[in-house]
Amino acid sequence: MIIEAQQEIIEEFALFDDWMDKYEHLIGLGKTLPLIDPQFKTDQYIIKGCQSKVWLRAEQQDGRVYFWADSDAIITKGIVSVLIRAFSGLSAQDIVNAPTDFIKEIGLNDHLSPTRANGLVSMIKQMKLYATAFAAQNNA
Amino acid sequence: MGFAIDKIRADFPILLRQVHNKPLIYFDNAATSQKPQQVIDALVHYYTYQNANIHRGVHALSQEATDAYERARDLVKTFFNARLREEIIFTAGTTHSINLVAHGFRSWLQPKDEIIVGQAEHHSNIVPWQMACALTGAVLKVLPIDENGQLQLETLKSLLGPQTKLVVVNHVSNALGTINPIETIIEMAHGHGVQVLVDGAQASSHISVDVQALDVDYYITSAHKMCGPTGVGMLYGKKELLEALPPYQGGGEMIKEVYFEGTTYAGLPHKFEAGTPNIAGGIGFGAAIEYLNTIGLEEIAAYEHELLMHATQGLKQIEGLKIYGDITHKTAVVSFNIGQLHPYDVGTLLDRMGIAVRTGQHCTQPVMDFYGIPGTVRASFAFYNTKEEIDIMIKGVQRAVNMLQ
Repeated sequence: MIIEAQQEIIEEFALFDDWMDKYEHLIGLGKTLPLIDPQFKTDQYIIKGCQSKVWLRAEQQDGRVYFWADSDAIITKGIVSVLIRAFSGLSAQDIVNAPTDFIKEIGLNDHLSPTRANGLVSMIKQMKLYATAFAAQNNA
Repeated sequence: MGFAIDKIRADFPILLRQVHNKPLIYFDNAATSQKPQQVIDALVHYYTYQNANIHRGVHALSQEATDAYERARDLVKTFFNARLREEIIFTAGTTHSINLVAHGFRSWLQPKDEIIVGQAEHHSNIVPWQMACALTGAVLKVLPIDENGQLQLETLKSLLGPQTKLVVVNHVSNALGTINPIETIIEMAHGHGVQVLVDGAQASSHISVDVQALDVDYYITSAHKMCGPTGVGMLYGKKELLEALPPYQGGGEMIKEVYFEGTTYAGLPHKFEAGTPNIAGGIGFGAAIEYLNTIGLEEIAAYEHELLMHATQGLKQIEGLKIYGDITHKTAVVSFNIGQLHPYDVGTLLDRMGIAVRTGQHCTQPVMDFYGIPGTVRASFAFYNTKEEIDIMIKGVQRAVNMLQ
């Protein structure tokens, strides 16, 4: 399940050779992002470390974790949308254990460096933190 | 005779490289300038043939290194037309220079004293003063900018008073490129017996500065903004002020005599140069100044102004594009946004096209708050850039807009 969702994203991005097409696809994915309810666009849900603002929220329903997000930058929206597609709907423990190398494979690896202003690393960290908290709740 | 752009470009090896398989177009010069071969060679030469610690050794190598380093000080002195060589303090850069003055200035501040700071300052010319205020009970007063990013001088008149101890302001705004009327500001402040510190980081390689004619009390810059190496900069200060200012860091080199009962400090400039300095950096700084001198600041300024006008005109053709600080009296910096597009999106796509611009708040959060924006795209040009590169950027911006809208 983890690998399936990731494999699908990898194959999708593999269709594009040109960086422009890749970014256009990413921008398109941003439009499919499950949007966070505006009432949660507060400092509590903001992810630090991004040049653009990113809000992220998670909930656990019937043993699965779902994410909602938004950003004021379009490319960032695309990036967080890719991450949500990869992780949303998995169990908390699966998200905690999930590998993240698929990001390299889709050619977003320039965004991986911890100093990049888009905060991809911070986003993944935040999603894993949510999952860790849910997993701890489940085991309690 | 025209500007010898091809010859100049050949001096900068980095301009030959590619980024994302496209020729690099470097428009982030306000962040740091590129280095000509002459500067790179000076660093290599120093480490290859002259490396030694300075000011102390009796041996030949140490003497040579000392001479080279002190020669750089003379070059800096002449470049800024300081009266005395000991008025030039080598530091690690602009931030270090400001902290050096702010640290010493604490001992001159009383509760309720005021420091006037420009609204468009870089964070490095705000925070050291906030720290000084927090420790002394002094108060920071903000000299506001208008919609065009220009300092409101009428307000300065009302802010200056017997409680004012210092005015700190940049010569050129890093976020917008605005050239501030520092001559007038200095005159107004001196009329009240108030000292003025000018952050010249964004001006030094674009505007010719004469610290004596300006009668400025402290003038500060970084070598890396002027084709020199990173990690070295300077503080110019009037001799009588620097003599009175308490030292910043203690250590070797800055002392005259050390006893456990007490220490006496060395004279200027060594009093402020504790420890082994950035010798290679200082020598590289000198080489950068020699390089700029061969081209001439007047010629550089005129050429860069042409680039600015060309870019401004071209960018304005893009629908919804707004330039912040849209005036002509500025250095070759265009800070802009297009409609509601986030600067990060535009900058990311330009990067993929091989074009390096800066996006974000440019370490000037108060300026972005003033305009109510998350940041800007900032293209900053240098004398080794061309109109052709600008045309490619303008097309690139249009392409990015098409992708994002």
